[in-house]
Amino acid sequence: MGLGLLLFLAAVALAAEQIAPANPFTTSPQDVLLAPSVSHPMGTDQLGRDIFTGVVRGARTSLRIVAGVVVIASAVGLLVGTVTGLRGGLLDDLVMRITETVQAVPRFLLTILVTGWFGVGATTVAVLLGLTSWPLLARTVRAETLSLARREFVDAARSHGATGAVILFRHVVPSVWPGAVVVMALIASRIVLLEAGLAFLGLSDPNAASWGALVNNAGSYLDRAWWMSVFPGAAIALTVAAFNLLADALGATVDDQS
Amino acid sequence: MMVVVAGIFVLTFVLAHLAPGDPARDFAGEGADASQIEAAEVYLGLDRPLPEQFVVYVGRVVTGDLGTSYVQRQPVTTVIRLRLPPTLLLMGSALAVSSLAGVVLGLSTARRPKSASAKATSTLTMLAYSLPGFWLGQLMVITFAIRAGILPAGGMNDAREAYTGLAAVVDTARHLMLPVFVLALSETALLARVTGSAVRRQVGANYMRTAAAKGLGRDEAFARHALPNALLPVVTVIGGRLGFLVSGAVLIESVFAWPGLGRLLVEASRSNDHPVILGMVLMVSFAVVGATLLTDLVYSRVDPRIRFR
Repeated sequence: MGLGLLLFLAAVALAAEQIAPANPFTTSPQDVLLAPSVSHPMGTDQLGRDIFTGVVRGARTSLRIVAGVVVIASAVGLLVGTVTGLRGGLLDDLVMRITETVQAVPRFLLTILVTGWFGVGATTVAVLLGLTSWPLLARTVRAETLSLARREFVDAARSHGATGAVILFRHVVPSVWPGAVVVMALIASRIVLLEAGLAFLGLSDPNAASWGALVNNAGSYLDRAWWMSVFPGAAIALTVAAFNLLADALGATVDDQS
Repeated sequence: MMVVVAGIFVLTFVLAHLAPGDPARDFAGEGADASQIEAAEVYLGLDRPLPEQFVVYVGRVVTGDLGTSYVQRQPVTTVIRLRLPPTLLLMGSALAVSSLAGVVLGLSTARRPKSASAKATSTLTMLAYSLPGFWLGQLMVITFAIRAGILPAGGMNDAREAYTGLAAVVDTARHLMLPVFVLALSETALLARVTGSAVRRQVGANYMRTAAAKGLGRDEAFARHALPNALLPVVTVIGGRLGFLVSGAVLIESVFAWPGLGRLLVEASRSNDHPVILGMVLMVSFAVVGATLLTDLVYSRVDPRIRFR
């Protein structure tokens, strides 16, 4: 079910232009603060902007950032986890301490700090969140690699003359992949929340529609226009839930296989 | 452990130096000429080699000097200390409420794992965990403050009346209710799930069967053996949630105009007050390390199989 929700979201994000062709930033002074209706299914805000368009466009923004973060965090996490799991020793110790350090630093505060310097573009946010989200994946992958390394097939591969890199990619990665994907889904769900939180604080690209920014905008109009808060917020919640459901479903599959 | 602490120092030092802008120039003021900027550099110790600057930096932090706020012209530690109590009140209350409620909820689902109520709780907790706190906060304000008018919409105290004594406590408590509810909800959901699965794992373990075979009553076996064992991983999870509590508090304080560190952070980010933000990053990082250490200590004390390294 989570997968279904996510596919729906992805479709919405990709087809955003078709579903809601209007510019989400078009203001319309005579349509200010309208309740949901047929012409404006989710109402309008204080400048007459259509909320529905904003929500649909916001899907693209969020999924784009999530995709970027997951790619970065997965690349780093998989590499670190498998290499330290296979090598062990001093490298393992050192990398584990680095992992703990990265985990201790509050990435939300850090992102607030860095976006203050380098701007609030999607790339900055994605890179920063990606570089701080890999520890969980690395630890999970490392744990699985450690248990794998003791199994015969690694020795068998080595006896066939396979080098370290080959063992890594052709044997270890495919084996840890199912578990890793579960963590990736969890990371995705957290990132949607974090990115929305940053946008809520005003730290998002002002040129891209963003759910968090929409909710922030709704803050001054809670008494008059509940729809400004409800719809974008529900979009966030549904997306996060979709990723959580996906993680649950994937995790169940992994449990069944092992 | 020490490596992690050192790593945090290195990271924040690097960040402080990566910040765009020239501290010497800012210190010297506008219209300063080259020689004045140079003098500022010497005064601030910026002409010294980086390793030496790092040592000085560590020394300063350890003695409680986190620099000076650009905006407020006061030591960062003073600025933070003033805003700390409201945030501690908020986070502490949320931690207490969510720990209690989460564990109780988790226990109730573990009693009958296949029942409809357990499944419903599982779905509800997953939904609760997916809600963005700032949105839930707005929904609460709409429902309870605006529509029903029974709880305040923000702030820590009534802006119009200045209560004293017990009335002041009640007033603060009323203002605390919605923010704590919102902050505690997702933590409660998470803890309910963790407790539920931990208890289920313990109850099904072999030693519980042995205890039953030895004649120990089901409830007593549960209370004396399964429960303490199950609570250990729960404590670990609680200890590890500090980072999330902080980010949650920042957002909630923004929604409810709560006068704490979260608001300070938002103000500091708007005015690019780097020393304050960096100071907070440093403090929270150390707090997380401290919480992890504490949890590890509790774990090693309680579980004799684990020796503290």
